[in-house]
Amino acid sequence: MLRFVATLIACLTLAIPATAQQADAPIQQLLQSQSDLIVKSSRRTIGPAIDALANSGLPQAQVVMDKWQTRQMWVNTETGLFIYAEEVDRDTLRIFDFADGTEIGEVPDDGYDQLKPNSGIRGLIGTALVQFQLSDPEPDTRRRALDAIERGAEESHLAALRASLGNETDTQILARKQRLERLLTIAYGETDAERIEAIQSFEGDLGVDVRAALNPLLSARIEAADVLPTDPDIGQVLSPGSEQLSRDDAYALLVSADLAKPRISVEDQRNALIENITDGQVAGIQVATLNSQEARDMAYVALADQGTVTAVATEAEVDQRLANHVFYERYVGAPPEVVFAAQAALNAIENKVAINQMFDLSLDALSLASIYFLAAIGLAITFGVMGVINMAHGEFIMMGAYTGYVVQLFIPDYTLSIIVAIPLAFAVTFGAGVAMERLVIRWLYHRPLETLLATFGISIALQQIAKNIFGTQARPLTAPGWLDGSLVINDIVSISYIRIAIFVLALLFLALFLFVMNRTRLGLEVRAVTQNPRMAASMGINPDKINMLTFGFGSGIAGIAGVAIGLYAKVTSEMGSDYIVQSFMTVVVGGVGNIWGTLLGATMVGFLQKGIEWFNPSNTLAAQTYMILFIILFIQFRPKGIIALKGRAAEA
Amino acid sequence: MTDAALPRRQPFALRFPSVMIFLAILALFTVGVTVLSEGFGMGVISTSFIKTLGKTLCLCLVALAMDLVWGYCGILSLGHMAFFGLGGYAIGMWLMYARTEIIVLESLSAAALPPTPQEVSDGIATQIFGVVGSSEFPPIWAFAYSLPLQLAAVVLVPGVLALIFGWLAFRSRVTGVYLSILTQAMTLALSLHLFQNDSGLRGNNGLSGLQNLPGLGETPQSIVSLWFFWASALALALGYLLCAWIVSGKFGSVIRAIRDDEARVRFLGYPVEAFKLVIFTLTAVIAGIAGALYYPQAGIVNPAEIAPIASIYLAVWVAIGGRGRLYGAVIGAAFVSLVSTWFTGGQAPDINLGFYTISWVDWWTVLLGLSFVGVTLFAPKGIGGLVDVLIDRKSPNRHGADLGPDHGALREQEADK
Repeated sequence: MLRFVATLIACLTLAIPATAQQADAPIQQLLQSQSDLIVKSSRRTIGPAIDALANSGLPQAQVVMDKWQTRQMWVNTETGLFIYAEEVDRDTLRIFDFADGTEIGEVPDDGYDQLKPNSGIRGLIGTALVQFQLSDPEPDTRRRALDAIERGAEESHLAALRASLGNETDTQILARKQRLERLLTIAYGETDAERIEAIQSFEGDLGVDVRAALNPLLSARIEAADVLPTDPDIGQVLSPGSEQLSRDDAYALLVSADLAKPRISVEDQRNALIENITDGQVAGIQVATLNSQEARDMAYVALADQGTVTAVATEAEVDQRLANHVFYERYVGAPPEVVFAAQAALNAIENKVAINQMFDLSLDALSLASIYFLAAIGLAITFGVMGVINMAHGEFIMMGAYTGYVVQLFIPDYTLSIIVAIPLAFAVTFGAGVAMERLVIRWLYHRPLETLLATFGISIALQQIAKNIFGTQARPLTAPGWLDGSLVINDIVSISYIRIAIFVLALLFLALFLFVMNRTRLGLEVRAVTQNPRMAASMGINPDKINMLTFGFGSGIAGIAGVAIGLYAKVTSEMGSDYIVQSFMTVVVGGVGNIWGTLLGATMVGFLQKGIEWFNPSNTLAAQTYMILFIILFIQFRPKGIIALKGRAAEA
Repeated sequence: MTDAALPRRQPFALRFPSVMIFLAILALFTVGVTVLSEGFGMGVISTSFIKTLGKTLCLCLVALAMDLVWGYCGILSLGHMAFFGLGGYAIGMWLMYARTEIIVLESLSAAALPPTPQEVSDGIATQIFGVVGSSEFPPIWAFAYSLPLQLAAVVLVPGVLALIFGWLAFRSRVTGVYLSILTQAMTLALSLHLFQNDSGLRGNNGLSGLQNLPGLGETPQSIVSLWFFWASALALALGYLLCAWIVSGKFGSVIRAIRDDEARVRFLGYPVEAFKLVIFTLTAVIAGIAGALYYPQAGIVNPAEIAPIASIYLAVWVAIGGRGRLYGAVIGAAFVSLVSTWFTGGQAPDINLGFYTISWVDWWTVLLGLSFVGVTLFAPKGIGGLVDVLIDRKSPNRHGADLGPDHGALREQEADK
């Protein structure tokens, strides 16, 4: 019995699939009334159909547009009724009724045409869908709708947004909606008072979206007239030849407003002359003499007198015309009151932006300073304290960075590998430094120029060896995940965690240096040996050993600095030479032999470079050039650096 | 110079036989190369090798300048290759302008109307500055149309730069390694400046096509290269004579004294800064002239040639050749640059160690760097020191004492006299 009923139902549904569709449902009737436009599917004519759907107030409209947008709407070729369908396989459709979403059944797709809206139409549908999505029960859908409005706001969104405000339950989304509503009010508000109120509510807001909403209001058209009109919407008066309005543009404006005769470009003039060459002459002037601009002007005037070409303005006429007219901006973005409110709000915002940018620049400068300090601190020991000029210092930085890279090859965990790399880099460069001191530098004490040259030789050799081993391409030294991203304070001020880490590392090094030099036996002996090696030796200190250890210590710190710098920049065989001159500059500017001087020197160099970059942001090369020039001049006035050693220490 | 105190001065040639020997060797070499060249004689030596030899002579000239300023005056300048490059830029601007002008005039002569000066100038500017996205002449090209003015720039630009820089540096008593670092900074600043596209000198493209002399389209490179070779040889000979003359007189004695003990010379009443400034500027001018002869043979000058490393190599050549003797600088520059060409040109046979093949293209720089350390440590007199062994010349014995309290550039075992 049961099986019989099941078979009967199956027979029925298969036999009469389309009969279940409600052809007279309001949504279907609406679709039928717009059927021509929908089936034609042209971006230019589809507007009314979408509007009719969106404004119908029918609950099914959203489903229709959703299915239409995702190409799931089909039309029956015989009845012209619209349905939506899933493709079961190549030839079969499972179709549904728009009226109540019930499944009608599976049918062959021969009798149905798929509607394939192009991307333009899909965009229009998407815009219209927003008003439904704004009240969608799913928060993610509402967020996506807000994203869509932010990307491309339209006037119709304002009403939809306002309508959805009351039902919003999620506080975060509500805040976003309110902000967006005010932004849209600025652009599309009905009354000026409403718009001005919205503008004023954003006073001092640093968001980029606010500036993006305010700037179009200030858009102005440049116009010319005999006397300055007294309309309220007149902005700035411009003078031709200024930055905002070039002389050529000003005259072109007059020409387009029919206030002056056109000019002719050199190119057009030449072409006109060429066209009128007859028997090697232009208007009776030999072609061969037309080798200067004056001669060509004369020939053209002669042609114009003959009536062959149109007369054009001479330079004197251009000047006279420009002097007789006044050029001004007319606000076209909004009524004057709104413009002034927007202007005031923008000024306030820009002031605040400038202050914040200054703060951001200071943070940048500080982090650059800490990088220079890191690069220079090892040098402050070998050069500043011992007086040994080590041109291979940059290559020790490179060795440290490559040590970090090699460690990462073996230890895939970034955090662990950095923890391993730092002491290992110290050990490697400490060893290299000690070896260099033993083999080369020891024989060259008191011969600074020879030391400089010999260490140059080592620097060249080390650089090339690194190139031979690791190749010329940059190697990555990846920071651990917890150093990714940046600390965002507001839309303008942010600093990446890696820079903060480098800053902290620089402070740690400073503390380490001070501790070793002032609180340990080694530091005491180092200071003794550098001040007076013979006296120190007679006190039982072995100067050779101390020199070796000090040099190793300085080199080791360079190695750790290399790991830090490698995290921030790429690891290449040339990275050392990028820093060596700046490092020496830092030490020399700060004052040789004093760690606080090095700190001040690095701060000065960092702030100086960022400051120059601020004046000319597109050009870091120029910034470096000017910075070096500045340092050269600075040394003229303070040859011993910011902090000059006095007394006996200065003579050591 | 003790000779100055003798009652009868011997002729210059007899007092400095090395000058005459050097000039004789240079003349023989020039004649020999000319006879063997493709352009005039038997064609044993290829044109490209003639160019290499001509360039080497220019490098010898700049090495002479370096020896004068470092080996004799004790100023380790790391900026002389920058002056060399500036000389190349100065002449390169005229070469490029004049050659492009010919091309532009040729193409415009086909037009219906004779070109106006503005059209010619625009055409040249578009040709030259198209690569840096500009079509206007920067102000520094104002004199590029004139060969005499650009030749003056070859001398004046490095000279004035050296004068200003030297005046600033010497005035504030920056000496020794500090001065070296400062000159290196100057060189770095200059090369960074030239690397910018808006420096007006075509950024990192540099000036190119300099080997084609304007107006000499038909003359083959084999002949032009010989002309430059002769000019370089002549410049080197004149430069050598000038340097030898400078170091032979009282002036030479003073600058050597400054090298050995600056403070003592100052106390004796000599204006040390003025002497240093003269030497620094003069050598910069010599370097500029050498560069102006070098780059037309090289064909291209770009900011990389000015980078500090080039000046360091210059110091390397002089040190390997032997400081404080003019022929040492020439030997060093010629030897190292030619050997360098040989190794980096891929002609040197690779050494197969079984587990690793030493390719000299890669390892030559390492060898050079290490040999430089070796020379500094074990043979401070450089290759020129071999001459002392040959003629059995002995240095005065100061029992290991330093030459002066400020530990000047040389210790007694390195000093000549």
